[in-house]
Amino acid sequence: MGVGIEVTNLNAWYGTNHTLQDINLPVPANHATALIGPSGCGKSTFVRCLNRMHETNPVARVTGSVRIGDQDIYADASPVEVRRRVGMVFQRPNPFPTMSIYDNVCSGLKLNGFRNRKMLDEVVERSLRQSALWDEVKDDLKKKSGASLSGGQQQRMCIARALAVDPEVLLMDEPASALDPVSTSKIEDLIFELKSQYTIVIVTHNMQQAARVAEKTGFFLNGRLVEFDSTHKIFTNPSDKRTEDYITGRFG
Amino acid sequence: MRTATDHAATALAILATILVVAPLIAIFFYLVYKGASSLNLAFFTQIPKPEGEVGGGMANAIIGSAVILAIASVIGIPIGIGGGIYLAEYGRGTKLANAVRFTADVLNGVPSIVMGIAAYALVVVPMHHFSAFAGGVALGIMMIPTVTRSTEEMLLMVPHAVREAALGLGVPSWRSVLAITLKTASPGVVTGCMLAFARVAGETAPLLFTALGNQFWSVSLNREIAALPLQIYIYAISPYDDQHRLAWAASLVLIVLIVLSVALVRYVAGRGVLKGAS
Repeated sequence: MGVGIEVTNLNAWYGTNHTLQDINLPVPANHATALIGPSGCGKSTFVRCLNRMHETNPVARVTGSVRIGDQDIYADASPVEVRRRVGMVFQRPNPFPTMSIYDNVCSGLKLNGFRNRKMLDEVVERSLRQSALWDEVKDDLKKKSGASLSGGQQQRMCIARALAVDPEVLLMDEPASALDPVSTSKIEDLIFELKSQYTIVIVTHNMQQAARVAEKTGFFLNGRLVEFDSTHKIFTNPSDKRTEDYITGRFG
Repeated sequence: MRTATDHAATALAILATILVVAPLIAIFFYLVYKGASSLNLAFFTQIPKPEGEVGGGMANAIIGSAVILAIASVIGIPIGIGGGIYLAEYGRGTKLANAVRFTADVLNGVPSIVMGIAAYALVVVPMHHFSAFAGGVALGIMMIPTVTRSTEEMLLMVPHAVREAALGLGVPSWRSVLAITLKTASPGVVTGCMLAFARVAGETAPLLFTALGNQFWSVSLNREIAALPLQIYIYAISPYDDQHRLAWAASLVLIVLIVLSVALVRYVAGRGVLKGAS
């Protein structure tokens, strides 16, 4: 089951560049939360702070607290532990090029030492069914390289790979921006399905997408969270003028 | 006009290709012409005959080369790959990494006879005698810089997204480096190791005062050992025609063995690569 996330006074830097400033935001459990805003507004940095991927860049720095469930991920856990609880799907599909579809999906488990074949078989099937890819690939799971799938299939395989380690939270950083419209709608359907079991945070450039999949939406601008409310409110009656300008297409 | 330019460019490319391949083919056929007639069962099964006697073979030198190269690979490949991993994954931009990279490049340019002297001082002098091990150390040290630099370059070609995918799954970074990054780069890394192997396989100078050479059977790591390049050197400067012929034959065998071992390693390393994998 998903858990809620409580972000308090989060600040992030790349070198001297203060990319996130005083972010406070509660992400509800088992819902999809969308983050919108123009390029460079900090929304990607924000999700990367939620699984401590931000700090893999040597010049990056973070202050503040992020509680996932009842754990402060910066005080009480190692980055490796955090990333097992918080799965991530990236902007471009990033399959492991040398691995089969099967090995790609269970790579998280295998690389953490799980070897039980029967269990791995089950996890691979369950994850691929969850990501709606099972029927398309079940016949060449071990024969085909993950990199040989189409872009949309690769992205669903990457979602299956993230789900296979049984995370509580799923972060998606513009998961459909490199995909065609049919693949995009499949990914959106998927988010709809998955949010009953996981807490989902999705970064998107596409405001219709945010409106379709998310219950809550946050609007970022220049490293600050301008407004965070129900998606309906953000898109119909935003409190902040800047949010209104953005969603009505006056800038960004 | 454009078509003419295109044809000219194609012709130039073909000419360049021929110029690249021609020396190799020429050398190979010349070796076959000079050496093939001396190849017989005795060449592969017997040890050299005493001075002046006709016949004999190079069995001890073939095995000796294999032993020395095995030692060199055991030393050179792991250290070289380790260094490459450090440069590409951990040391990026640090002073130590720049120093290591510079050292590797300098080491690559050090004349091979100097490597022999170094191994002589490091291994032969403390052990008080020449040995197969000393020869292996000399060649192993020579392999390190080539393997290190090629491993580094191949690792840097692995897309950043692949590393992020592994880290994002909660894979510890050392494991991600070995199981994901290095594995993704492995075809290139294997090629680099094979280049280093093929280069040192034909080295004579570093073996002159380390492995020394041996006219008798020996596979002991602790004693002087024969090697094909050394045997070629000794026979080529000898006054006997029969030994000259054996030297040609040995040169041919050396080249064929190098090609075969490189091909074998590439075949083994290439198996298990899946359809559609780049």
